[in-house]
Amino acid sequence: MFSDISFTERRNMNKRKIIEEKLFRVLSAVATYSLIATLAFIIILIFIKGFHALSWDMVFKAPKGGYYYGGEGGVLNAIVGSLYISIGATLIATLIGVPAALFINVHLARYKRTQNTIRYIIDALWGVPSIVYGAFGFSLMLFLGMNASLLAGIITVALLITPIVVRTFDEVLCTIPKGLYEASMALGSTRSEISFKIIFKQGFPGFITALLLAFGRGIGDAASVLFTAGYTDLIPIHLDEPAATLPLAIFFQLSSPIPEVRERAYAAAVILTIIILIISLAARFLSKKYTKTNLK
Amino acid sequence: MYLLKEEMIAHDKTINIMKTDIDTESVLQIKNLNVHAGDHHILKNINLRIPKNKVIVLLGPSGCGKTTLLKCMNRLTDINKELEVSGHIYIENDDILNTSTNVPLIRQKMGLLGQRPYPLPMSIYKNVAYGIRLKGVRDKKMINYSVEKHLKEVGLWDEVKDRLHHSPGILSIGQQQRLCLARGLAVKPRIILADEPTSALDPISSKIIENLFRDLKLNYTIILVTHVLRQAVRLADNVVFMSNGEIIEQGSPQKLFKHPKSAKLKEYMVNGN
Repeated sequence: MFSDISFTERRNMNKRKIIEEKLFRVLSAVATYSLIATLAFIIILIFIKGFHALSWDMVFKAPKGGYYYGGEGGVLNAIVGSLYISIGATLIATLIGVPAALFINVHLARYKRTQNTIRYIIDALWGVPSIVYGAFGFSLMLFLGMNASLLAGIITVALLITPIVVRTFDEVLCTIPKGLYEASMALGSTRSEISFKIIFKQGFPGFITALLLAFGRGIGDAASVLFTAGYTDLIPIHLDEPAATLPLAIFFQLSSPIPEVRERAYAAAVILTIIILIISLAARFLSKKYTKTNLK
Repeated sequence: MYLLKEEMIAHDKTINIMKTDIDTESVLQIKNLNVHAGDHHILKNINLRIPKNKVIVLLGPSGCGKTTLLKCMNRLTDINKELEVSGHIYIENDDILNTSTNVPLIRQKMGLLGQRPYPLPMSIYKNVAYGIRLKGVRDKKMINYSVEKHLKEVGLWDEVKDRLHHSPGILSIGQQQRLCLARGLAVKPRIILADEPTSALDPISSKIIENLFRDLKLNYTIILVTHVLRQAVRLADNVVFMSNGEIIEQGSPQKLFKHPKSAKLKEYMVNGN
């Protein structure tokens, strides 16, 4: 075949391939680094704008009278409220989402059509905007005769993030080789033993990723808690008390005409970012620790 | 739905005929086994007797149904909804396709060794201990003893005794395959089902596995699926040649390969060599 192509044509072909290769590499690199640069820009901007307002008082004190007009205090109420809501919601989402993902992959392994239908429904739930979950949570709250509270916030955020836990963990479970299921079955394991002793263990890094994504979405979402968790300057002690959250604290402070208060909004954003960073690092550490014996 | 007296007698006679037809010398008997996947007839009326403590080699071209036959024997075909299995597979007089016995218990009678090793996501020690614990053993000393025994049985103990709590990922593919064999033996199976267990291994590791099979057949019956004619000659006490979902010929390797009767086996031998 090569004898039909002249030396010049072959040289031109090689040149074209080299140019294509270089162009593709440059485009991919631009896409990747621009993404990292955007993230770095956001974090740097938040830090620059919020650093002056950041103080121990802000982290360890609840707002005092007139805080949103430049008065003393901090956002401890929102930090605690956000942590309560996101941890509670992540816990509920895990308790529902992990068995659901395992069920789809282990028990429904034979029923491909059912598997795909369930995945389609969960994907649709994932795509529903958080304000819709907020409105649903609000209706549910009224129906049950509840007030805006920590519990209502936890339930609404749990509804929002459960599809994230299920589908993210499910995607990881899909990558586990069929041979591992067969090997476990051939040993005489029951489906429950396979699910929890083998497949969950093998998919543990995926579980951590699912948890992080869900927690990140939960702690950072404002629309779902706007009507359901309410807002208060107090730190909630009981589940039926309203709870402040960091995204709403940022929103209220950023809407202020006072520059000093707007600076505090950025400081609150720094706190939110640091919380997510700490949780992320801790989760990665745990994931590495408990998957040392997993096959890569 | 009451049966008439004559019908009941006829029914009992049929059951008695079926029972007496079961060969007690065989560890496993397959009768009229058919597997369909939609319109595709994968296994066609398979009848086979597997004698105790022998190496039986299932030989044949790709797609002839060897692996499906192997998977029927421990009911791994249950995983695939599209497969319709009919017929009888008797193990210790129990028809495993038509039984009320718990399927995991049936599977424990047969150790499976796949084409490539799949160690469980746990340490080398726990991989072997997993099978022992499945049998209900909880005594730590007993588990330690069994882990050592089975790792020695597959010749892996000296290579891993100082790394028992490491990941199986540190082992070579050949060592991982032997670990999977040790894990399978820990469940105390009657039969070892091996589906091309050396296909992903280098010649040295393959030789180790083949030598192991020669030793293991003193205590276990081994059913080996392979494409490799030479491996069949080296290992088999009996060869079952399959093509297109049917058993074409069976017998000792000497007889089968020196005087093949069917054109399909002759052709396979020519292309296989």
